[in-house]
Amino acid sequence: MPILDHLWIIPLLPLLGSAINGLLGGKWPNKIVNSVALGATGLSFACALEAVREFTQLPQDQIPWIQHYFSWIAAGSFRAGFDLQMDQLTVVMLMVVTGVGFLIHIYSTGYMAHEGGYYRFFSYLNLFMFFMLILVMAANYVLLFVGWEGVGLCSYLLIGFYFLRKSASDAGKKAFIVNRIGDFGFMLGMFLLFRTFGTLDFKGVFDAASGPSWGHEAWGQFGTLTIACLLLFMGATGKSAQLPLYVWLPDAMEGPTPVSALIHAATMVTAGVYVVARSHILFVHSETAMLVVAIVGCATAFFAATIGLVQTDIKKVLAYSTVSQLGYMFLACGVGAFSAGIFHLMTHAFFKALLFLAAGSVIHAMGGEQDMRKMGGLSTKIKYTYWTMLIAAMAIAGIPPLAGFFSKDAILFSAFQIEGGHPLYAVGLLTALLTSFYMFRLIFLTFFGKPRYDEHHVHVHEPPWSMLGPLVVLAILSVTGAWLAAPALWGGTDYFASFLAPIFGMPQSVEAMSETAAHQLEIILAIVAVASALIGLGVAYWLYIRQPEKPEQLAKSMKPVYNTLLNKYYVDELYAAVIIKPLMWISTNVLWKGVDVAGIDGTVNGIASGAKSVGDVVRHTQSGNTRSYAVWVVIGALVIIAVIFFWPASAPAVGMVR
Amino acid sequence: MVPTSYYLVLSAILFGLGVVAFVFKRNVITIFMSIELMLNAVNLAFVAFSQARHQSDGQVFVLFVIVVAAAEAAVGLGIIILTARNRQSLNVERVDLLKL
Repeated sequence: MPILDHLWIIPLLPLLGSAINGLLGGKWPNKIVNSVALGATGLSFACALEAVREFTQLPQDQIPWIQHYFSWIAAGSFRAGFDLQMDQLTVVMLMVVTGVGFLIHIYSTGYMAHEGGYYRFFSYLNLFMFFMLILVMAANYVLLFVGWEGVGLCSYLLIGFYFLRKSASDAGKKAFIVNRIGDFGFMLGMFLLFRTFGTLDFKGVFDAASGPSWGHEAWGQFGTLTIACLLLFMGATGKSAQLPLYVWLPDAMEGPTPVSALIHAATMVTAGVYVVARSHILFVHSETAMLVVAIVGCATAFFAATIGLVQTDIKKVLAYSTVSQLGYMFLACGVGAFSAGIFHLMTHAFFKALLFLAAGSVIHAMGGEQDMRKMGGLSTKIKYTYWTMLIAAMAIAGIPPLAGFFSKDAILFSAFQIEGGHPLYAVGLLTALLTSFYMFRLIFLTFFGKPRYDEHHVHVHEPPWSMLGPLVVLAILSVTGAWLAAPALWGGTDYFASFLAPIFGMPQSVEAMSETAAHQLEIILAIVAVASALIGLGVAYWLYIRQPEKPEQLAKSMKPVYNTLLNKYYVDELYAAVIIKPLMWISTNVLWKGVDVAGIDGTVNGIASGAKSVGDVVRHTQSGNTRSYAVWVVIGALVIIAVIFFWPASAPAVGMVR
Repeated sequence: MVPTSYYLVLSAILFGLGVVAFVFKRNVITIFMSIELMLNAVNLAFVAFSQARHQSDGQVFVLFVIVVAAAEAAVGLGIIILTARNRQSLNVERVDLLKL
């Protein structure tokens, strides 16, 4: 088991790559920087593949495979080790992170070729891979949190990659600060878990939590563990851009497009889903926590999809789509279908990374234009980009037999089956319709119709193969990526779910119902889902191909609704008014001008000026004139003598013996 | 036998004169002489007490004071000569470089 015994190699390689490029790459030509970055991630991917191969040969009782490397923190009874682990969930995440990450690295070599700070970009990207791998391989919450914060840092660095642009550096700060709110909850959750269980190792926590000794007071509505779950989920809403902390993700599109694909679509933003799935043993015990997760996920899915309907920036549409799809994943977790959530995480990583990369290719072709209103008619000019993006759009819209269809269907099916899940299902289905609509709106606006750009100045061209290659690979994955789960629809084995079954267990609902009834229901639901996707497609086709003047008329006739959506429900403005402005006011008037200037500076300066004015008075005694000193000596002597004579009791104190 | 108090009064008068001269005179050499005067007033008091109490340590002390005074005179006169050469004056009011 060469790699399984040395799991640390997998995250260490990108770290090395990052260090080499970051410290030395500044003077190197792009080719060397490329080779280092690609070599590091490629090797890491290869090691991960080998680790997975070895993992499949492990006997069942050795899973999860935990490796203790060294004790990182030991204080009192608290112990946090640098421990990595492999189980089925880690395998899925590992493949997604290293595989998609590697493809996006390749793409970046083409996309970033003409940008400044080439080595810096790859150094950050490799550093991100390192932290993401730590996050998914950690065997305890503390180490997971290291990765969690690390990817946040890299996200900040990469969003603000074009730091000369103020909007980019602001977006980076926004992402960092909003995440900090979530991380606050995450940390409190960890503290609560440690207080309850006395350990933060996954194995220890989950073994203790599944024991029988925890009653209603722990899992009830306001039970300790319910609150711990909700706090962890708060961290997840920050990192995975859920209501109410989703605001940073759309702004994060200021970063270079490969970053949007890798960090803000495929990997980092799914970390929240991963944490919830990883902690599912805690969550399933608490009905309240599950309900909150499901409702927040469902609401976010719908809410973000509605905003996505009217955005005009190609990357913004995809950003809201990501928020929406992450909502789906949480919906799946909330209804107990963790394997469906992770499944959607995986397929989403394929097609959303593809969408972003294809969008990057479009932007590249248009010479930096991101506004879809200034595109159009590109399908004949950039064929490869068009076809791959179309496949991705069909996959996310849920058209069979592409990847998104199976994963979305599994989620909706699970939502339909739980008690009281019908409203969740209905909203989910509606969201699927909206998703299909805005994705095809994007496709039609970008690739069809008449060109709306200046054809004399914009030279539309297909990108180099370093960019097209990853698109093609991801397109293949977007088509085939879900076929492992496909047989479930026809009553066969869902290989994906049964692979994850040792962790999540098989979906209970299927067992409860009779087999045939369940399959009939699933097929009916699948047909409904496909129908809704086709309706969305049809509406988009009708509005943007057949009657291109119609959308504007619609926007005019429903101006309040349109404006609300266009301005993203004014949530940013609301946060600015309710949170940021009061905070700024308090910071300026109380903390800055009050506490700092008046209080702290006042005290320090007051002491200094007091000493100075006392000195001003007293320095006159130091005249420099010898005789004036003599006078002082005489006066002093006379005072002492007078004291001794007129106040005899003080004599011993002055040292005189009578 | 002369009572001790007579010696002490004389000593006090001499000391007082020394102090007054020290404070009011401007000539460095006069000030120096007034210091000698004060030292010797103290010596007188020492000797008077020594004799009155039939103990010899006061007289020993006087010898020390005389030695110290001689040493001080050597150093002090050296300083005075240097100052006088540098400033062409013996007026202490003009030696005030220590002033801020």
